[in-house]
Amino acid sequence: MHHRPRARSRAALAVLTLLASLLIPSLAATTASASTDAEWGFIPRLVDADGEPVEGALVTVANADGELAETTTGENGNGDTLAVPDEGDYVLTFDTSAIDASFDGGDVYAVARTLGEANTLPVQRVIVTLEETANDGEVALGEDGEIDTNTSTGSSTGSASVTFDQFLQQLASGLNLGIVLTLATLGLGLVFATTGLTNFAHGEQVTIGALAAYVGTTLMSLPLALAAVFAAGVGAVAGWAQNAAIWKPLRKRGVAIVSAMIASIGIALMLRFTFAAFFGSTTKRVSLEQSERWSLGPVAFPASTWIGAAAAAVVVGLVGWWLMRSSTGRAARAVAANRALASATGVNVEKTISSIWIVSGAITALSGVLFALLNGVSWDMGFKALLLIFAAMLLGGPGTARGALAGGLAVGLLTEILVLWLPSDMKYVGALAILIVVLMVRPQGIFGRAERVG
Amino acid sequence: MALLDALLAAGQQILSPVTAAFALAAIGLNIHFGYTGLINFGQAGFVAVGAYGFALSVVWLELPIWLAILIAFAAAAVFAILLGIPTLRLRGDYLAIVTIAAAEIIRYTVNSSLFDDVTGGAQGITNNESQGSDYSSWLNQFNPLGEGRIELGPWVFTGTALWWSIVTWVIVGIVTLLVWLLMRSPWGLTLRGVREDPDAMASLGKFDSGIKLQALILGGVIGAMAGILYVLPSAVSPIDYNSRMTFNLFTIVILGGAATILGPIVGSIVFWTVLVLSEAMITWLVDIGILANFADAPQLRFALVGLALALLIVFRPQGILGNKKEMSFARS
Repeated sequence: MHHRPRARSRAALAVLTLLASLLIPSLAATTASASTDAEWGFIPRLVDADGEPVEGALVTVANADGELAETTTGENGNGDTLAVPDEGDYVLTFDTSAIDASFDGGDVYAVARTLGEANTLPVQRVIVTLEETANDGEVALGEDGEIDTNTSTGSSTGSASVTFDQFLQQLASGLNLGIVLTLATLGLGLVFATTGLTNFAHGEQVTIGALAAYVGTTLMSLPLALAAVFAAGVGAVAGWAQNAAIWKPLRKRGVAIVSAMIASIGIALMLRFTFAAFFGSTTKRVSLEQSERWSLGPVAFPASTWIGAAAAAVVVGLVGWWLMRSSTGRAARAVAANRALASATGVNVEKTISSIWIVSGAITALSGVLFALLNGVSWDMGFKALLLIFAAMLLGGPGTARGALAGGLAVGLLTEILVLWLPSDMKYVGALAILIVVLMVRPQGIFGRAERVG
Repeated sequence: MALLDALLAAGQQILSPVTAAFALAAIGLNIHFGYTGLINFGQAGFVAVGAYGFALSVVWLELPIWLAILIAFAAAAVFAILLGIPTLRLRGDYLAIVTIAAAEIIRYTVNSSLFDDVTGGAQGITNNESQGSDYSSWLNQFNPLGEGRIELGPWVFTGTALWWSIVTWVIVGIVTLLVWLLMRSPWGLTLRGVREDPDAMASLGKFDSGIKLQALILGGVIGAMAGILYVLPSAVSPIDYNSRMTFNLFTIVILGGAATILGPIVGSIVFWTVLVLSEAMITWLVDIGILANFADAPQLRFALVGLALALLIVFRPQGILGNKKEMSFARS
């Protein structure tokens, strides 16, 4: 605690939410002249303790060269986009002294952010909760990271001394990321185990889920939970359609696994850049609803995160049960074990594979909704998660719920725990290293069979 | 008129050092994928190692140019050995995942704020004499064309730009000639032998792991060379070396024809020409209102790349110049 909470007449004072949105350059990036049309910026947002938007705060953004832009929050609590010239370190200052009446204003909140870190989503939704704590605008440039807003804005992670509370919070974040990854990993592994397809377009199934949820909450005005169900439905249809239109014909053609894998890269590029064309390169929030923060000891998340993680765990359990107990699940395991034998014993292989694609599409889309709650909706969010999903699948072994769970949790924990000691732009490196080490040391994964060498 | 402009722009793109650098990186990848049958999804990593190895040696270590080039090559060779020894025994699709992961580790590392002082983090490395960080003015000393405006038919270049184009394409030509000689040699035939039937090769005393590693090193060093060419006319920017660069290179190799000498060059020229033309076409469609509802319609050209890649690999895996008999990856 660097700043003692100020005594104020009101019990609950101010909850400040910052929506820092960094807009990535539209990826013309492999051409040499790429970075010219880069757009970077922040969208500030201010709300009070009840999540109600606060109007009239002056928000400025500055870097080492001085102040760059300013805006005033409107009646929806949002300011205009504060454009900045380039990636780099910035400080956003929220000055509430001009706010009158009910809001007990006067405090100045400053938040440091770094734009342009790799492997974070292009627009990060960062919710900063400054309960009764203001720092009078004092924060160091480049003092980035997940600001642990429950204690003080001044604290930053990644420092040499990590408190036990920080560790617990990251542990919980890791478990949360892990269960989200587990859903997507199970989706990938089911298809891989039954068809042998290393599907590089799986990331786009994640994105489809997030986009569908976004459409559900914004265009159809559904509550978040219903939008998630809608997204799972869209994902199921997308999975079924992808199999029927592309992968089933290719299986009939007898296309080799390497060719199919390269074709999946083509499909992935096609989907991803169509999303980019439709959706633009900005990151959007899946829901503008303000979610209350629930705490368990030192660990605090928005309520939607707690509920989402619990729902994901239930779904993983259900799919596991479906695989072990239902007739389709048994058929799927038979196809995975020995396709010819399954077919000979009366399993309808194509029908089973079609069911697998539907389940895979639905649960992967659901993981997309949960990813969107974590980091917002963007056109390439699925691709950014893809290698983590591969790592989780290879670690746990494909095609089983417990393998996906073990792999997903391990990769999620590693990724979030690394943030304690490494800058967040390095956090995916651990998962990628695991991927390589697993394939070197135990290519069949924790629970898998030894058949990957050859 | 718009069509004419687009065709002129496409023509100019053919000569561009970027097209040449992609052709060269694709030549390296062709040695992996086309001749040896290695599914290397990390070619962008080799290109990055070359670009950073060279630029850092000049700017940060202040070494002479020839030594910087050697360091870039050596770094690519070391990367190939580190990557290859544990992974070359893996099945094709697993090798693909490992190599893409290794290339991403390189990109995250050079991009990270952790090594900001050396690599410039996400900003990359500036290449500007007036800012005291420069690694390509040495080549301009030899520019016989001057810096002025040069007209070549309907195309207008600066003398410097044309000089870069000539240098890069001459290097592509020399490497192509060397690869042609090498692939005719017994060593080149061994590569194909390993691709087609490693057991038969082993019975002749040619073990596939050693041969594959040699191929990985050679193609990787050529990729590093492409990295140097790629950054010479511009700056080093870490985001360029993402996996999309690798996928573009795969599209180029398969489009031109895997396991052919001229395939990567033809592939790179066709790839970049079509990209420029399709951008013009999309802009035109937006102007007449057809794609006006799209937030960012020009991105559709990369969707076209994906469609082309998927259709090619299924319906014409041998591409423009290739021979279907050599497409061992397409056999199930």
